[in-house]
Amino acid sequence: MRTAALNRLTPYVFMAPAAVVMIIALLYPLLYMVYGSFRDWDPSQTISETDFVGFKNYITLFYDPSFRESLSVTLRFAFAVVTVEMVLGVGLALLLDRKIRGMSVLRTLFILPMMIAPVVVGLMWRYMYHPTVGTFNRFLKSLGLDGVDWLGQHALLSVIIADIWQWTPFIFILSLAALQSLPQSALEAARIDGATGWQQIWHIKIPLMMPVLIVTCLLRLIDAFKVLEVILVMTEGGPGLSTEILALRISRTATEFRELGVAAAMSNYLLILLLVLTAAMFGYTKLQEARAARLRAAAEKDV
Amino acid sequence: MAAARDRRQDGQHPAFYALLAALIFMSVGPIALMFVNSFKLDVDIISGTSGLLFLPTIQNYQTALCDILWFELEHLDFCALKFGGAFINSLIITLISTVLTLVIGCMAAYALVRFKFMGRDTASLTTLMVRMVPPAVLLVPVFGLWNNEFCIGKETLVGEWIRDTFGGRGDVCLAGTHAGIILIYIAMNLPFVIWILQSFIVQVPRQLEEAARMDGASPYQVFFLVVLPLIKPGLAAAAIFTFRIAWNEYLLASALSDRNTKTVPILIVNNMSEFNVEWGVIMATGMLLAIPPIIFTLLASRQIITGMTAGAVKG
Repeated sequence: MRTAALNRLTPYVFMAPAAVVMIIALLYPLLYMVYGSFRDWDPSQTISETDFVGFKNYITLFYDPSFRESLSVTLRFAFAVVTVEMVLGVGLALLLDRKIRGMSVLRTLFILPMMIAPVVVGLMWRYMYHPTVGTFNRFLKSLGLDGVDWLGQHALLSVIIADIWQWTPFIFILSLAALQSLPQSALEAARIDGATGWQQIWHIKIPLMMPVLIVTCLLRLIDAFKVLEVILVMTEGGPGLSTEILALRISRTATEFRELGVAAAMSNYLLILLLVLTAAMFGYTKLQEARAARLRAAAEKDV
Repeated sequence: MAAARDRRQDGQHPAFYALLAALIFMSVGPIALMFVNSFKLDVDIISGTSGLLFLPTIQNYQTALCDILWFELEHLDFCALKFGGAFINSLIITLISTVLTLVIGCMAAYALVRFKFMGRDTASLTTLMVRMVPPAVLLVPVFGLWNNEFCIGKETLVGEWIRDTFGGRGDVCLAGTHAGIILIYIAMNLPFVIWILQSFIVQVPRQLEEAARMDGASPYQVFFLVVLPLIKPGLAAAAIFTFRIAWNEYLLASALSDRNTKTVPILIVNNMSEFNVEWGVIMATGMLLAIPPIIFTLLASRQIITGMTAGAVKG
């Protein structure tokens, strides 16, 4: 009898540590942040000493041109990065989906950039973009061309290039895995019917890969909003606000301007943005599951 | 037709190999560049004696590690960079948080996959939702809570004891301790670990577990003796990802650490923001920070790739 009760408790025992940690260190802080975003909050105060200011922080931010600039930089960065990475990653996967000796070595080398600390990635690129000692400008000068002011005039572009370098392999590897798990029969049938390489790609491979591609794209999009260290090390958000993404602005508002309430409100804006994206991803997976279940049911009925 | 295809599989077009070479060069080039530069003196880096024509030196690494070297360095009269200490902090924080995340995470993942219980759907949905929370969003609340709320008053018994043992003023708070950083890393990594491990646990045949139950094993024995050994690849993948995030994280560590609990990324960022960057030394520190993940990648790339594809491709 006692063992039966113990067994019924099992799932809760297994869940308990994770639940406790996540409630203390994730959910409670998030609620605390929502609460704090309605207050005029200075880092030296505890939250009970702060004044309630209603939606003031949100409204100030809404009309704050530099916050809007940050938001637009973030969106431009995220969408540029995801678009280019998707095109490059999927393209490379389609190109390299053949039997090559040493493919595993190749994949190992490709994942190196994303395993390395973002701080170090920023460090490498900052060196390479350096106006005088940097690799790129030295190369351009050796060709007799003028150097480019990478992290000055073209800061956002340079930051985007660095991110593309780091994360295209992610898309590449996921799409390659998707490609290699495609049903061979469909491809075989298309080949027998005389479909050209392009037709196979457009009408068979891409549509069949679509579920994976969409999940990949959303994962990458969510991650693109998390990028912070690379940009911090490369440009510190400058020059001006040209590379100051929201994550960076939150950290500066909290530590330099010492306005925790405003930073909390800003975090909430970012969170809402991500919530919409995640909801889209979740909804999409649910939709796919439902469709798969329906197809399976239909197939079973036919049998 | 078939013959033509076979031929193409054996001998690829030369342009294809050129593309491969270019890709490898692009992905490894910057890392190799940093590796080479970390063995150069600043004079060599700035004067631009290009290529590999320089005298390799380990002076940068000596400067970086000056606080844990057992001998005095000639070129240095004062050890400004406390890299060794930061490295040890990073190791402590990363290892403890990785082990704890894995233990807690695989238990939760197992419960979510195998048991039907009240609140399972909520738990599963919450895990998925908090995956998207960026560290920057956690910065403000974690800073506030760890500094002001998660404290033991100095008047209480435990607080007084800690005060007497370790010294200091005011209340004993989570901020500035290893434990504080470890706690937030575990919380941050848990959703991801649970998500990855779920996809591995689903594949464990249920009959195997039922057979063990028939033979009289308790749910705990089934979990530790049957399930865990079967999902080793998944555990390896999850371990590497947690390690990577904890080892590389900068933002939250910088908000929570004090002088004695600084991790390596903080040290690098602090030394970068100074006006006159010492490229040689900073690249040596960067290399030291990058070496553990590089080793893991070379040793366990297969597990990393399975882990990466497990979530997106299968489920």
